[in-house]
Amino acid sequence: MLEVSGLAAQYGRAQILAEVGLTVAAGEVVVLLGRNGAGKSTTLKAIMGLVPPSAGRIRFRGQEIAGRPPFEIARLGLGYVPEERRIFSELTVMENLEVGRRPAPPGQQAWTPERLFALFPSLGAMRHRPGGRMSGGEQQMLTIARTLMGQPRLVLLDEPSEGLAPVVVERMAEAILALKAEGLSILLSEQNLHFARAVSDRATIIEKGRIRWEGGMAALMADAGIREQYLSV
Amino acid sequence: METLVLQALSGLASASSLFLVASGLTVIFGVSRIVNFAHGSFYMLGAYLAWSLVTALPRGHLGFWGGILAAALGVGLIGIAIETLLLRRIYRAPELFQLLATFGVVLIVQDLALLLWGAQDLLGPRAPGLRGGTMILGLRFPDYELFLIAVGPVVLLLLHLLFHRTRWGMLVRAATQDREMVGALGVNQRMLFTSVFFLGACLAGLGGALQLPRESVNLGMDLAIIVEAFVVVVVGGLGSLMGAALAALLIGELHALGILVLPKITLVLVFLVMAVVLVMRPHGLLGRAQAPAAAGAAAEPAIGATPRPLVWLGLAALLAALALPPFAGDYALSVLTEIAILILFAASLHLIMGPGGMASFGHAAYFGLGAYSAALAAKWLLAPMAIGLALAPVAAGLGGLLFGWFCVRLSGVYAAMLTLAFAQIAWSVAFQWSEVTGGDNGILGVWPDAWAAPRLVYYYLTLGLCLAATLLLRRVIRAPFGYALRAQRDSALRAETIGIDAFAIRWRAFALAAVMAGLAGGLFAYAKGSVFPTYLGIPRSVDALLMVLLGGVQTLSGPILGAIAYTGLQEQLMRLTDLWRLMLGTTILLLVLFFPQGLAGAARARWEGRHGGA
Ligand SMILES: Nc1ncnc2c1ncn2[C@@H]1O[C@H](COP(=O)(O)OP(=O)(O)OP(=O)(O)O)[C@@H](O)[C@H]1O
Ligand SMILES: [Mg+2]
Repeated sequence: MLEVSGLAAQYGRAQILAEVGLTVAAGEVVVLLGRNGAGKSTTLKAIMGLVPPSAGRIRFRGQEIAGRPPFEIARLGLGYVPEERRIFSELTVMENLEVGRRPAPPGQQAWTPERLFALFPSLGAMRHRPGGRMSGGEQQMLTIARTLMGQPRLVLLDEPSEGLAPVVVERMAEAILALKAEGLSILLSEQNLHFARAVSDRATIIEKGRIRWEGGMAALMADAGIREQYLSV
Repeated sequence: METLVLQALSGLASASSLFLVASGLTVIFGVSRIVNFAHGSFYMLGAYLAWSLVTALPRGHLGFWGGILAAALGVGLIGIAIETLLLRRIYRAPELFQLLATFGVVLIVQDLALLLWGAQDLLGPRAPGLRGGTMILGLRFPDYELFLIAVGPVVLLLLHLLFHRTRWGMLVRAATQDREMVGALGVNQRMLFTSVFFLGACLAGLGGALQLPRESVNLGMDLAIIVEAFVVVVVGGLGSLMGAALAALLIGELHALGILVLPKITLVLVFLVMAVVLVMRPHGLLGRAQAPAAAGAAAEPAIGATPRPLVWLGLAALLAALALPPFAGDYALSVLTEIAILILFAASLHLIMGPGGMASFGHAAYFGLGAYSAALAAKWLLAPMAIGLALAPVAAGLGGLLFGWFCVRLSGVYAAMLTLAFAQIAWSVAFQWSEVTGGDNGILGVWPDAWAAPRLVYYYLTLGLCLAATLLLRRVIRAPFGYALRAQRDSALRAETIGIDAFAIRWRAFALAAVMAGLAGGLFAYAKGSVFPTYLGIPRSVDALLMVLLGGVQTLSGPILGAIAYTGLQEQLMRLTDLWRLMLGTTILLLVLFFPQGLAGAARARWEGRHGGA
């Protein structure tokens, strides 16, 4: 579904990504792991076209998308949930969802506000509340729901567990597993190994803008040396 | 009492028109982050187009109202053309460039309107059905004004519905907060920007068209309304529709009632209110802090050593400036004198813009203050030239200390607007206080003392003073003060943590720039023998900006090159064609589109490209 190879990106003169390659198959959840500043968010932004890639190929559903503007990439079925959430704080929950709304491709069951409220019940109780007056966890759910309104086939999810209370992380994991069960592909960026393990099939480890390790989630959990080398702080 | 009520009512009518223009301006800013100087031109074009349509169409309701609406839509289409051809290319440029580019459009539209409609004022027909008046408290009040009073709230209501009840409106509100995120959700921002621009231009066009039965259509409408609309938008809070409505009401009434209390200084009153609001609420009544534009401008290169060839070139030019003038004629001498003065003027603005990182759209205020204080001393105190020249920088410096205390607290567009407002205060004092300043006629007979009267002597005097002052400015930029100034520009927070008082540094730089601009202004007054309110006007502030940007903001030699190139260009244009505004506007657009780093920047880039980066 998504194949990235040789991806490089820079901010000004600082080279942030050097050699990033990864794949996500249909219906798969892949987690991108790495320490603070390793380049996880930048990888997701580069795939989405928010940071212009300086080299490399990004194929999504058979099409080359490197260098295209974000709105075109989104329309091909790629959803993006930013780390900072970026809720439209002046708009209500319903309005936030409306901004994300796009028609569903033929043969795909459309996400509607009602279906999303079933997935995230707490949102349904505050339909007309402005986004700026919601808790961090509620905002995180809203930003995922907003992206789902665009009827994506693959979602780039940047650290959804960050800054959330343990109970809320638990609920977030359930929601992601429910999305996976719907057949959605997900590329997740995480630092919370516990959370990543609960939801992912495979892991890719990034360090200083390069991919260092790739394999199944079970293999990673079995290899304390790799975890020690690339993930512990 | 009755007059008070009627005056308040006509204030409401003005507030309505003002709101139409300001609402478009603020909506456009909200989404595109561009402060559209050309918005006043849209207003003026609306009035002219309406005049043409209404006089051409058959008389009656359909002809009149149809003409008004068609004019508004026509202006909307012009807005689309400007957005797609120009603004779309500069959405990522620094704010000042955007402001300047839209000012280029203002100049171009002025000359085009002159070509199409001529210089004389045009009078339109009165509105069918609204020709009469209504008795209010025993006094007659025009029906058309009552109609205008209703237009404002109706448009506000319609806009509110548009922004809250339609998907398009939600997208616009979302984009006002975070346009990049809206794009990542699959919304084509280009379409959104263009449609917002269309709406804003239509509103301004409608505002202008509706003036037709009220006042004559003329070429001064654009700058008159844009300055007021800026005030409204800034007081209300950039991007806030309700803020614009509230501020339009405030400013409209201030004008209407101010005339009763202080007929001479209504303008001053308006700008004072603006200054007070901005100091109390730096983002306006209902505005909020804007997130810095995503993917901010790339870090500017530090000011390094001057490349060798440039040093030689500079020395050669200086030698020529010293040795050749005895062989030059009177005309050439006066041009050379002017260039020397403008170099200092540009260098003074460069200090706050380049190393200081502050935007000033009203630097002419200090130039004019210097010129006027020299001229006033000569006229009322019969002071010799030495006194006048000593007074000029002092007066301008005091002005800079006073205005700067307000301005350096703000940043970006807000600072640009506030400096503009202060310059307009200074301008309106010079313009309206005619007993002292001579008003529009200016002050004549400001000639140098006998010893300096020969043009050659005055040229050398000017060259000496300007050279010394410009070199002093260069010294300042390379001194610890200059480092502190650049440190606070690059990161105010970091500068504070290493013990730099950013406010004090900025304030002192602002005042120093004012002192130098004042000296330039004083020299200019004696060179020309007269002073006029135009010395303080917006076009002169823009001159200074252009010189600095033409040369390049981030190079020390930029302002010098810029002043020379700009004066030369203007001299040539003025001599070659009557349409110098058109040419100048086009030049500005070309500069902004193709030479965003200025001449010196481009030259340096070429030099470094060939000889390896410094
Ligand atoms: N806008 C930017 N300009 C310059 N450098 C940036 C910018 N954003 C990120 N960086 C740098 O790029 C590197 C990678 O950042 P990135 O946000 O991709 O890391 P991350 O793996 O997502 O980290 P975290 O776990 O903290 O979110 C960091 O060194 C960071 O300082
Ligand atoms: Mg990150």
